[in-house]
Amino acid sequence: MGVNASFAGREYPPEGVYEVGREKIREFAEATSGGRPHPVHTDPEAARALGYPDVVAPPTFAVIVAQRSDARLVRDPGAGIDYSRVVHGEQRFAHHRPIVAGDRLVATLHVDGVRGAGGHSMVTTRSEIATEGGEAVCTATSTIVVRGPEAEDA
Amino acid sequence: MNAPRLADLAVGDEVARATYPIQRADLVRYAGASGDVNPIHYNERFAREVGLPDVIAHGMFTMATAVRVVVDWCGDPGAVIDYGVRFTKPVVVSDAEGAQVEVVATVGAVDTDARTARIDLAATCAGVGVLGKARAVVRLG
Repeated sequence: MGVNASFAGREYPPEGVYEVGREKIREFAEATSGGRPHPVHTDPEAARALGYPDVVAPPTFAVIVAQRSDARLVRDPGAGIDYSRVVHGEQRFAHHRPIVAGDRLVATLHVDGVRGAGGHSMVTTRSEIATEGGEAVCTATSTIVVRGPEAEDA
Repeated sequence: MNAPRLADLAVGDEVARATYPIQRADLVRYAGASGDVNPIHYNERFAREVGLPDVIAHGMFTMATAVRVVVDWCGDPGAVIDYGVRFTKPVVVSDAEGAQVEVVATVGAVDTDARTARIDLAATCAGVGVLGKARAVVRLG
């Protein structure tokens, strides 16, 4: 069974709040810097010296929020997405402003496209990440490739 | 180190390059930090069962690693206002040797009105490109 093309255009409203913690930013920054994070990720004073209200999230930190958002589509039984056949194809983050510790983020998920390509399905999603108060923070766009049953090569 | 200035940049300039070693432990740490605990990123038996040559890095880990060179160059992670990649080839991380990802950053475009530069990243592992259209837009003074 392939991916349900009629899901294109679907929207999933915000579901739960992701509260950005200082220690989560530190953990993510350490994991993506070979253990040598920039001080704005770990030291509130260093962040304030560069004009930020608190420690700043690394450029790809929003993936945590985006993947939770995407999971709503991936787990939707009607979508027909077999997660064991999913490969990440593309990812982009457009930051409207940096994510900082203390942010309370919500995500609206848009299914921007479902198309077939060589026996695979390509699904493009967009999570509009904003504060609870409605301030736009990040647009995270992702394309996943769902390998078709005939395509066994990874 | 002084922050780079927009006026000093020309399209095509190489602004930075770096080589990042990756070990299995880095993937485990990233799995925990990101919440992506797919066993293809740490379990060799599982990876081979699903047709992969060995454990592979998370695409998102490779993406995060590649932008390090930009952050180190510009000095402010919050200045990266847009960053996108295509995942073209997996980074295979062997138990014995790990992997090395080499990243070369060049100026792709300069927008003097917006005060931004687009930095294009070429990321390779064992001589093979692992990211396509890897572009980071950085706000500069």
